[in-house]
Amino acid sequence: MSSSRFAVTSDRLSLEPLIGLVSAPGDAAPGRPGAVATFLGLVRERNLGRRVLRLEYEAHERLAVRAFERIDAEVRARWPTVRLALHHRVGRLEIGEASVAIAAGSPHRAEAFAACRYTIERVKQIAPIWKHEYFEGGDVWIEGATADPDDEQARQEALGRSCA
Amino acid sequence: MRVTIRLFARLRELARRDELTREVGGAATVADVWGALAREFPALEPYTRSVSAAVNDDYSPMTRALANGDDVAFLPPVSGGRR
Repeated sequence: MSSSRFAVTSDRLSLEPLIGLVSAPGDAAPGRPGAVATFLGLVRERNLGRRVLRLEYEAHERLAVRAFERIDAEVRARWPTVRLALHHRVGRLEIGEASVAIAAGSPHRAEAFAACRYTIERVKQIAPIWKHEYFEGGDVWIEGATADPDDEQARQEALGRSCA
Repeated sequence: MRVTIRLFARLRELARRDELTREVGGAATVADVWGALAREFPALEPYTRSVSAAVNDDYSPMTRALANGDDVAFLPPVSGGRR
């Protein structure tokens, strides 16, 4: 498990270290948080009507960490008291295993929840990480939208969902 | 000048390689490198509208002019799930 707040790793993910990373006093945020919101994304057994056997995640790792740092900067611009940690797993994952773990600490719960939701939406939009789904009867790369960190409309959509 | 090209996910599979180096013209842009690559590997051509790029580990517009030794990564669309 990485001790960095932002990491791409082939190790199993766990929320505990991330909670520790956003709960430490000092750094940019003043003092210890009063709230930590967390998110764990798990490999689903069914996707688009298919029975999923396993997933393989591939990343441009250095660019992914930079994308995470960019999301962190966006979060701090919007919610200055939030301290964020975000780890994404790569390699082969079985059903039920965690692919992404997020912790957002802040003095109060509203910002923590909003920042956590915003972060997962932005990860899906701009992190250079690809999912190769192996299902019963075949396999497919899951491809959605072109990754464009400067797409302001996408950013506003993420913001809208996080503050709904 | 020479650039290193890196391919990810489905692009890597279609071209059957994850890294290659190519000689390009002095004023080449990211789009020029992609165009040459898609001619060399026609299976990549359908991605011309949806591919994005990173140069030296930073997202980059396709119009960026390259320098000798640059590392150019081509990225297929990301999962971008809405649920």
